[in-house]
Amino acid sequence: MIRNLPKKHSIPRSFCFFALLAVTASALRAQDWVHIESNVGVTKIRIASADFKPGSTDPKTMPMKFVFDQTLYNDLRYAGVFDVVSKSMIPNTEPGTPQEINLANWAAAPSSAAYVAFGNLSVNGGQLSVQGFLYDTHAQQNAQLLGKQFSDVATVEATRMIAHRFADEIVQQLTGIQGIAETKIYYVSDRSGHREIWSMDYDGFNQRQLTYLHTDSLAPAVSPDNSRVAFSSMGRDGWSIRMYSLILNRMVSFPMWGGTTLSPAWSSDGAKLAYSSARTGNPDIYVCDASGAGSHRITAFLGPNVSPAWNPKTNAQIAWVSGRTKLPQIYVMDTDGSNVMRMTDGGYATSPSWSPNGELLAFAWQRNYGPGVPGSEDIYIMDIASKAWTQLTHDSGANDFPSWSPDNRHIVFQRRENGHTEIWMMLADGTDQQQLTQEGNNLMPDWSWK
Amino acid sequence: MQQKRTKSLAVAACLAAMLAVAGCHKKKVAPPPPTAPPATTAPAPTASITATPDTINSGDQVVLNWQTTNATDVSIDGLGSVATSGTQSVRPTQTTTYHLVAHGDGGTADATATVTVEAPTSTPAPTESAITEDVFEQNVKPIFFDYDSYSIRPDAQTTLQGDANYLNQNPQLKVVVGGYCDDRGSIEYNLALGENRANAAKQALVSLGISPDRLRTVSYGKEKQFCTEDNEACWQQNRRAQFTLDQ
Repeated sequence: MIRNLPKKHSIPRSFCFFALLAVTASALRAQDWVHIESNVGVTKIRIASADFKPGSTDPKTMPMKFVFDQTLYNDLRYAGVFDVVSKSMIPNTEPGTPQEINLANWAAAPSSAAYVAFGNLSVNGGQLSVQGFLYDTHAQQNAQLLGKQFSDVATVEATRMIAHRFADEIVQQLTGIQGIAETKIYYVSDRSGHREIWSMDYDGFNQRQLTYLHTDSLAPAVSPDNSRVAFSSMGRDGWSIRMYSLILNRMVSFPMWGGTTLSPAWSSDGAKLAYSSARTGNPDIYVCDASGAGSHRITAFLGPNVSPAWNPKTNAQIAWVSGRTKLPQIYVMDTDGSNVMRMTDGGYATSPSWSPNGELLAFAWQRNYGPGVPGSEDIYIMDIASKAWTQLTHDSGANDFPSWSPDNRHIVFQRRENGHTEIWMMLADGTDQQQLTQEGNNLMPDWSWK
Repeated sequence: MQQKRTKSLAVAACLAAMLAVAGCHKKKVAPPPPTAPPATTAPAPTASITATPDTINSGDQVVLNWQTTNATDVSIDGLGSVATSGTQSVRPTQTTTYHLVAHGDGGTADATATVTVEAPTSTPAPTESAITEDVFEQNVKPIFFDYDSYSIRPDAQTTLQGDANYLNQNPQLKVVVGGYCDDRGSIEYNLALGENRANAAKQALVSLGISPDRLRTVSYGKEKQFCTEDNEACWQQNRRAQFTLDQ
């Protein structure tokens, strides 16, 4: 399905919102790809990211500039919508202001860029300030699309954040979609000796430990307003949902109901949580208010019911994993428990994640599963309306726990290979896979909503 | 101590009687004059003494508190001569009776206070519920499940019968029922499946007569493995419900 962005005067050409099969993909693999949607005419916007001009002789300017240049370049590359000109092919200049740039040089080969991002950066007395511009290299008039000013303390972290913000502005300007450069990923890491909840920037930088519970904590789910992270944790009396406040930087209280309680999931309006609870003896899906009040059960299937995921577009449906027919399968139901639809037709299917546009499920599937049957575990996506699916990872370890990015273009997931588990990011067509973590075991990533 | 001389043998005889009555005196002194017949008109002394606390462990501090009236000469065993009223702290190491004697023109008065020193507490005798975890697990054995299943198999039913017998014989014991899975498959799904297994074992014990409030379920999913080989024998070992003592 080709989706056109709303036409704005600033967007030069229609841009395909979602690409499932890249035209320039490598040779088709031997596995059974099912092409749900092929997107003819996927054109990536060719953009050049200039090295910014240093604006002062302060000794901190150059180090911050290197961080900024690298971060901006990577952000534009990871966005998944740009063909970013390689740094070896850009003109050997650092234009600091519009007066200093010769657009024709950037439009010409080998750069051949349709757009150029450039500007200047300086540190003065511990304060960083950046001026960033985005220009259309071919426009005769109104070539300037963005002219932005940023300032903050001159730290590596603040510099990265400014580059992220500028990159998101560029993505928004050229595609109409909010970029992901400022988003975060919440995940589980055992590198401290226990499995705790951690956070990092979407590009794997700034990894930091949030909880210090010294027990087993799993399945973080960040709230849509970025205020709290819900997760499951093994306490004295078993598994319960715990809540960490990102605003107060500490744990906050949340009800404990008894019985194994797992896999909290937020509705996209932040009003409700779905979760799995075995308070009656059988693990079933429950829904409660974000405060934990008003819990009610919505499944009544004997057998494990776990890992709910809301349809973020409507909040009227929940996907989840049920073992009611033995091996776990993905199901979808209305939030009152009616209209149950089975989505997968066999194998061992778990970890559903619902795309922001409401149309696709990403999940982990082992299509050949059983005693003595070697099968690979991979990330799949499925079109909910047609139940057509496609496999995104191949021949690379055991893959699980996918989570969609808010721009609907990326999926973060965990991969177990060579004896340890790490977090990876890829485009939603399976290309451009990047490893984000290295230390210890890192798993169960959850992409923030903004 | 000042001595007062008496004039007659009769008094000496009374003194002898007084000595017999007075008990232990540390010092051999001439006893004070006996309470006289109505011939004398001085008021009789009174005396009282308390010990606070009156029961202690060896070496603890005790405060003696005494009061007398119409006395000119007061002494307490072990302390010697003391003021007519006052307090004194003592640290007896064994049970002691503090004996106060007050002399006055009108006679003599006694008072006692006893402090009991308790022996140190000994190790309590073992109670009937001091069953160790090892003994418990020898008698209450785990049950095993088929692949991807939480149904109770016939062999598991037999094991559960033996487990229930032991639990019925020891009604004071409370049990944690842990549910476990082999290490294949999803972390989250296995936590839920482990819960189903624990609950199935619990329900089976309930139907064999064990009260449900003695049984608490916890799922460990695939997070705790009993063996790590990659074969069916080991996977079967891990697909279990296991019983442990609840605190």
